[in-house]
Amino acid sequence: MAWFGRQRNTFARGIHPPGHKETEAHPIRRLDFAPRLILPLNQHIGKPAIPIVHKNQEVVRGEPIAKADGLFSAPLHAPATGRIEKIDLMPSVKGPKVQSIILKVYSADDQRVRYERPRNMNTLNGSAMIAAIQETGMVGLGGAAFPTHVKLAVPEGYAIDYLIINGCECEPYLTTDHRVMLEWTDDLLAGIAYVQQACGAPRVLLGIEDNKHNAAARIAARLPADGNIEVRSVRTKYPQGSEKLLITVLTGKEVPSGGFPYQVGCVVQNAGTVALLGRLLPRTQGMIERVVTLSGPGINKPGNYLVPLGTPMDYVLEQLGFNGSAGELILGGPMMGTSVASLDVPITKAVSGILALTRETITQQVDGTVYPCIHCGRCLQACPLHLNPTQLGLLAANRDYQAMQDRYHLQDCFECGSCSYVCPANIPLVQYFRIAKAMLREQVA
Amino acid sequence: MSSVANIALAGSFMASLGTLLAGALALAQRRFHVDEDPRIDQVEAMLPGTNCGACGTPGCRQFALTLISGAKTPDECTVATRDAAQSIADFLGVAVGDHEKRVARLACAGGNHVAKNSAQYKGMHTCRAASLVGGGGKGCTWGCLGLGDCADVCTFGAINMDATGLPAVDAALCTACGDCVTVCPKQLFSLHPVSHHLWVACNNRGFGNAEEAQCEVICNACGRCAMDAPEGVIEIRDHLAVIDYRNNALASPDAMERCPTGAIVWMQNNGMRKGRDAKKILRRAAL
Repeated sequence: MAWFGRQRNTFARGIHPPGHKETEAHPIRRLDFAPRLILPLNQHIGKPAIPIVHKNQEVVRGEPIAKADGLFSAPLHAPATGRIEKIDLMPSVKGPKVQSIILKVYSADDQRVRYERPRNMNTLNGSAMIAAIQETGMVGLGGAAFPTHVKLAVPEGYAIDYLIINGCECEPYLTTDHRVMLEWTDDLLAGIAYVQQACGAPRVLLGIEDNKHNAAARIAARLPADGNIEVRSVRTKYPQGSEKLLITVLTGKEVPSGGFPYQVGCVVQNAGTVALLGRLLPRTQGMIERVVTLSGPGINKPGNYLVPLGTPMDYVLEQLGFNGSAGELILGGPMMGTSVASLDVPITKAVSGILALTRETITQQVDGTVYPCIHCGRCLQACPLHLNPTQLGLLAANRDYQAMQDRYHLQDCFECGSCSYVCPANIPLVQYFRIAKAMLREQVA
Repeated sequence: MSSVANIALAGSFMASLGTLLAGALALAQRRFHVDEDPRIDQVEAMLPGTNCGACGTPGCRQFALTLISGAKTPDECTVATRDAAQSIADFLGVAVGDHEKRVARLACAGGNHVAKNSAQYKGMHTCRAASLVGGGGKGCTWGCLGLGDCADVCTFGAINMDATGLPAVDAALCTACGDCVTVCPKQLFSLHPVSHHLWVACNNRGFGNAEEAQCEVICNACGRCAMDAPEGVIEIRDHLAVIDYRNNALASPDAMERCPTGAIVWMQNNGMRKGRDAKKILRRAAL
């Protein structure tokens, strides 16, 4: 640990949860098509997409089935050849039912992508590239599902110095970005060139955690000779993959509170997102599948799978074998992912992993008793944003949400959960903060 | 100088300083005195002093001010009893007002003996926290989670969780302060005058067998209530019966008699009545 100032290749504080990267040596394999795909219209942050198909319409794999509603939205493409069964409310990860397109897959079809054409990538300049990226329906695959083209459209008056490719994947269990960087290296480098073109960044920094040396070495060996792209190893620590922390680690700049990366001349993209863009853009294809890590003690055949969007959870579990007593299923990683309450929930663009925990593993580790806060300050030593979770937690217990926002910077918290992880009293701090944010959102509305 | 003289000097100095400043304060009090309506204090003393805000003012003193100015009537304090409101009205020489008593109503009847859970929630024992984890694990994503945030927040003890895990509102104690309305993460509470007898105790916007399998008292949008009620009282919107209370005078219990699930009910005198065609729920234990 550095004694003064910044630490090398990492940020101050944070935690070291067990890595559990059991699937990192499993090559990406394709998962079969489920008989029925559920495609929510709001798989991204922003306005839901507008369906452009009707009931009983036949669609081919890759065909657009919903269009973007304005700039802050993303279109949807049919992940399989089949027939639209209906457009109806279906369960979502967050809970409330959402409008979804339900696609019945033709099982006899060979499921080739029929809706694509080669594109000359050299003719695309900045804004045309951004439009092309929106057409792919691409969103941030790290988990937030922020539309990629919105991030790349830098507001006027800001110059971008660095494009930062986030290959940290600091969440335990998840290995999708790792495998993508290893196996789709050329697509990743092609994608970097496209994204660089779109946002106009002269230099590219690739931040990769030092537990993925093989991926870093493979990329470094294939870098173009002009030296604009630099692969940087960062220390394995949670939450190293947080956008704002990675910017600070790689460039030394700090994104202002409530601000955006472009204000310090940076654009951050997840490595998996860029690699998939590198595959889709030259073929004028939409996003129809993504790499998902399926892991955890509850799964018989863990690994990294290329899953068609909309595949329901129960189908995935059926294919991979769910053993043990029904425990808990988490979409995303164990730190920031959400438990699912229904097996009808589909794989969406935002889902980077499914973690299946058995009842035994949960009861081993979780003692539900919550003890009073003794002000030990461990959460302060864990919070990567230097917030004061102790004080925030006490205010939350008193339901003083306004003070949390006004005096303790609640809105800067990105809910990494480090404070809850280290709390010796089992106080569900991050849950308190999520409740507080939800209450404040409702007050505004 | 001797120490006794020192003490005497210091003492007399402090005493004279004290007298001087006290005189200044007495003068200022007289000089800057503000005449205040003595009735404000008296009316405030007659009000319940809960500062709940249900009347629409920030607290009881503000309400006393609006009473004296005549902008509000005493019965708009929903906490004070009718007698207390009457005595304030007599004291001020104004009419007590004819505002109707309002109560909080829950748009869900899916207790744990009729509604299924798709997953078991473990964690902080509040509805708010549960609703953030996959919606809380109830089969009906619109329905009451039954962890009692409303009962906790109710200052007046008017909400109690019943045996089936649903909040029961005691109309006699409810002051319509609206705290339960704000706290419920599923937005199931709303405030209604007691004369709104006809009530849809369901908020499910889904449709079809899958939804009906999750809860036995769901409004399945069959539309019989809309057919049986006079024109303009009930309509089916988003697969849910919606009552237009502007035509409340026309509403009668006939509208709910043929409801097959008993989702639409008649609320009167702190109790609720289901129609004759409502399916009988025999189960008492949790599913």
